[in-house]
Amino acid sequence: MKTFQYERPADADTAVALLADAPTGAYLGGGTNLVDLMKLGVAAPDLLVDVSRLPFDAVEETGTGGLRIGAAVRNSTLAVHPLVRERYPVLSQALLSGASTQLRNAATVGGNLLQRTRCPYFQDVGKPCNKRRPGTGCPAREGAHRDLAVLGASEHCVATNPSDMAVALAALDAIVDVASGHGPRRVPLTDLHRLPGDAPDRDTTLRHGELITAVELPPPMPGARSAYRKARDRASYAFALASVGAVLQVREGLVHHVRVAFGALAAKPWRARTAEEALLGEPATTASFDDAVRHELAAARPLRDNGYKVPLARRMAVSMLTELAAASAGGTP
Amino acid sequence: MRVTFTVNGREQEADDVWEGESLLYVLRERMGLPGSKNACEQGECGSCTVRLDDVPVCSCLVAAGQVQGREVVTVEGLADQARERGGRATDGTTLDQAKGWQAKPHGAQAAQPGQLAPIQQAFIDAGAVQCGFCTPGLLVAADELLERNSSPTDADIREALSGNLCRCTGYEKILDAVRLAAARQDEVV
Repeated sequence: MKTFQYERPADADTAVALLADAPTGAYLGGGTNLVDLMKLGVAAPDLLVDVSRLPFDAVEETGTGGLRIGAAVRNSTLAVHPLVRERYPVLSQALLSGASTQLRNAATVGGNLLQRTRCPYFQDVGKPCNKRRPGTGCPAREGAHRDLAVLGASEHCVATNPSDMAVALAALDAIVDVASGHGPRRVPLTDLHRLPGDAPDRDTTLRHGELITAVELPPPMPGARSAYRKARDRASYAFALASVGAVLQVREGLVHHVRVAFGALAAKPWRARTAEEALLGEPATTASFDDAVRHELAAARPLRDNGYKVPLARRMAVSMLTELAAASAGGTP
Repeated sequence: MRVTFTVNGREQEADDVWEGESLLYVLRERMGLPGSKNACEQGECGSCTVRLDDVPVCSCLVAAGQVQGREVVTVEGLADQARERGGRATDGTTLDQAKGWQAKPHGAQAAQPGQLAPIQQAFIDAGAVQCGFCTPGLLVAADELLERNSSPTDADIREALSGNLCRCTGYEKILDAVRLAAARQDEVV
């Protein structure tokens, strides 16, 4: 590991000022990803600004009935928060499906959002990787890509975003609060991560030194149901092969509000906007869900070994939406 | 840099710590506490599990500076911690009780050398220890599980221990050990 300077400022202004002056510095949350990447030599910041103990550790109701989640809140704390379990089951389920107890206890909300891909080529400094070293190439396209992207990839990169939490937040229309020397701004979660295009080294739309301070959830839709489901190689402690988070509100048998987001299919949580638009006002039936999700996934461009993800994701989404519709009809909470 | 924190109830100070050292390294190499094991160093195997401000974490992924002013309990402190917890009710330890726990290594309540926490005894009795390398991390994780959930289902145990890898036992004896410790805990009302 390269030698670096460690700072633990007491407030966000100081944190932002420290990083503004350090072009190769980085914020440190729980450390579960960044410390690992530093050991691997994938990341080599010369300054770590520890923001895990900044006063962003609250989960509070907003004036409009939504929820404001501090960026330093631990994944394990958020997963079992009563308001999250009651009003946003998709988020609680997504968090609990991620990583292990030990990692959820350390990982923060802000750090979870900014974790890097687990593409094996990205994590191996002995291999070319356009995300780690732009212009060196992408061996994953011809190599080990079973776990990698089927949507929104480019010839330069087929990495996936590994976060479960971000998929739930995408389905919940979450907003990310960001601080910087230029003042605060609010970024829709779905605009935080970016597709690789010809700049796969940039995971997000954040500028250097911008600090995530909170995530805000809008109020839950009355009567809406939500859930998260994840397919993986073992029952616990594995990254997703495909995952889906959904929110569904049905009125008189018709889809009144629907959000579907896929995980492990793209470099960002994949909001299924095509499917959502197709479903609005349609009967909340398995046939409608199947049609809409097929329409969405027609955009998939699988590689040699990851084509299984498309029918897997489709079946997961259709069965989940069907179950959410049944729960709506039955009045089960 | 200097790092000051509490380990198994004692205030500890380490000087000239390099920023790149992990909590695991500080415990093993500077504080003479080799119980927490150094295996994958990537947070995947759980052999370095310790409690940091009460919750289990992988100490290999905690940068030394991050523990300043915080409380760590390692496998070496489990017996003391169990004695302090004392006669718990069958519904487990409340969060406030757990947060209020303090080890007293110098007090009359301290475990004597060789004394074991119930979870440690259960691992021995159930034959859950083979090579032993994963055992300290599993003990810390299992002990914390039983503290917050005195009657875990098999699914609860599997989920709580999924971050701890064992290459010898096939896990069945480890599950037996946790069930045994839970059952014995129920007997002590």
